[in-house]
Amino acid sequence: MDFYVSLIAILESTIRLSVPLLFAALAGLFTERAGVFDIGLEGKMLGSAFAAGAVAAVTGSVWLGLVAGILVSVALSLVHGYASITQRGSQIVSGVAINFVVAGATVILGEAWFRQGGRTPALSGGARFQTIDLPFVEALRDVPVIGPIYAQLLSGHFLLTYLAFAMVPLSWWVLYRTRFGLRLRAVGENPGAVDTAGISVVWMRYRAVICCGILTGFAGAYLSLAMTAGFVKGMTAGKGYIALAALIFAKWRPVNVMFACLLFGFLDALSIRLQGNPLPLIGQVPVQFMQALPYLLTVILLAGFIGKAIPPKAGGVPYVKER
Amino acid sequence: MSTPYAKLPGWVDYGLIPLINLLVAFLVAGLVVLLVGENPLNAAYYMVTGAFGRGEYLGFTLYYATTFIFTGLSVAVAFHAGLFNIGSEGQAYIGGIGVALACLWLDRILPWYFVLPIAALGAAFFGALWAFLPGWLQAKRGSHIVITTIMFNFIAASLMVYLLTKVLKPMGSMSPQTRTFEAGGRLPKLDWLMSLFGLNIGNAPFNISFLLALLAAFACWVLIWRTRFGFEMRTMGHSPSAARYAGISETRITIVVMMISGALAGLMALNPIMGEQARMQLDFVQGAGFVGIAVALMGRSHPAGIIPAAILFGMLYQGGAEIAFEMPAISRDMIVIIQGLVILFAGALENMFRPAIGRLFAGLASRAPAASQAKGA
Repeated sequence: MDFYVSLIAILESTIRLSVPLLFAALAGLFTERAGVFDIGLEGKMLGSAFAAGAVAAVTGSVWLGLVAGILVSVALSLVHGYASITQRGSQIVSGVAINFVVAGATVILGEAWFRQGGRTPALSGGARFQTIDLPFVEALRDVPVIGPIYAQLLSGHFLLTYLAFAMVPLSWWVLYRTRFGLRLRAVGENPGAVDTAGISVVWMRYRAVICCGILTGFAGAYLSLAMTAGFVKGMTAGKGYIALAALIFAKWRPVNVMFACLLFGFLDALSIRLQGNPLPLIGQVPVQFMQALPYLLTVILLAGFIGKAIPPKAGGVPYVKER
Repeated sequence: MSTPYAKLPGWVDYGLIPLINLLVAFLVAGLVVLLVGENPLNAAYYMVTGAFGRGEYLGFTLYYATTFIFTGLSVAVAFHAGLFNIGSEGQAYIGGIGVALACLWLDRILPWYFVLPIAALGAAFFGALWAFLPGWLQAKRGSHIVITTIMFNFIAASLMVYLLTKVLKPMGSMSPQTRTFEAGGRLPKLDWLMSLFGLNIGNAPFNISFLLALLAAFACWVLIWRTRFGFEMRTMGHSPSAARYAGISETRITIVVMMISGALAGLMALNPIMGEQARMQLDFVQGAGFVGIAVALMGRSHPAGIIPAAILFGMLYQGGAEIAFEMPAISRDMIVIIQGLVILFAGALENMFRPAIGRLFAGLASRAPAASQAKGA
């Protein structure tokens, strides 16, 4: 029973930790399926977290904070889009640039506006997302086995958490069952064919990039408005890159993305849990090993040792119309 | 791929356009300074005087520049082969192991001029090792080099935390660093070089690895433009299919170029470890590998461009500290913004102003021979 309780606790924090990864990885899914590589997920998430935290602190409204986060993230996406679609610059270079600009700007602006060492003021009440209890939680709490699963694991999360998991089937539906999704994927595989069909490759890719901005906006807002009460400098701490790893690990497919994010979230939760507690049979696992594991797994996967991850064919290549 | 841009004179291509891009990056950075409520011109003044105003300041500027020359060359060499090595950061970090091991082993036995070559070889070896795997994975297994090198940066960071807290830390010490090296593990300062110009180096850690960096820059130039291997790697960078037709082995080029790139990044570790701290500390690279990307882009991947670009970034690092001192609202994170903007404007948006400048030059050219057709294109 003791094991069961701690398992539930680990799984609960797995969900909590995988939400930002899930939003960001789905964001990457939209752009990368459209042929625009994006290693700027980290920066957009950080920018959104800062804007959301700052606006929520000033206005006292969590919704305005969320909107601000999304707007900033979309704006950064458009910079990436302008550089890599319109100007046909290197997508990787543009993503790297955005990560740096945001990493610096959030600290400088945060310090100048709030003077709390790069933090935004702590949020409380209506300025922060509250957890939601699902119906009948109290009645079911004491039921053995199912009770803890329902009350702890499924209930008592933030609205954004449920939204993140709802985004998985939604993304799948948009990408695989709508005309928009078909065209989006086509633009990532063979933009020339899409162009021949009279559809603007540029406009299609811009729309994908905007979708990405909206989702990274949610990811960032989750960090500063739900998971913690306010923005802390550098709070994404490499989550954007883990999300990128999850996206590749999932071979650019929506449902796999969810499982990859849950796996990486689980590793994160486990490494927190295992700090100082030796594992049976294996003994003490260094925390650093657990932290490096998502990256190691991705490298091994990319090397083709666990199936093959094939990126969208036209990914990373700017489209030049023939003339 | 067709080039949609008009051919421009060399000095425009390699001088004017990078300069304009740089200027725009600094203008945008100036806007951020304005947004924070400070005067950008004052900030620029503090930066320049803080970086060059005294011998000691200049020493610090050149100390940082040394590091950036190494990482800039590292990124640039890979660029020439069409490879984007974002992993210089991790390669430099791992390269530190080579330096630290050489120093821990020999610093009490040998003088620095024997330890330095061994430490340099060690740094290059470990850096190359850390770049070998992504190179091999790209060449043999087709994994994307950008992604693997990013992953390797994180793996390197975790590995180094483990090594420094569990293995390399002396017994009984709490802080995650090696023991302090004796005389054999310290590089001499270049105070004599500074005093040739009548400058006093003060406390600046400007050391002999600067000369090694210049040597590396020259060696890179020879490698890229004066050897058969350099020709092959540039061919591959321009057109992989042409390289394949010419019988150039992509596998060999990719792996060797990545190892050279990693070795250059690894050499950077000499400067902070043997030149300044006399010990290996946690996170001694401090983002220098990423600065290398900006330096390589700004220097157009040419050693002659990389050295001034590295000095410019050295100025930003040293002068930035001075701004932070004079203007508390502007911390050293300002440098990170500028670095990002330089990467954006000199890298991703490098062609933004090219069409306009091309039109300008086309207009000038058509005006010159026939003044009557002054309307231009």
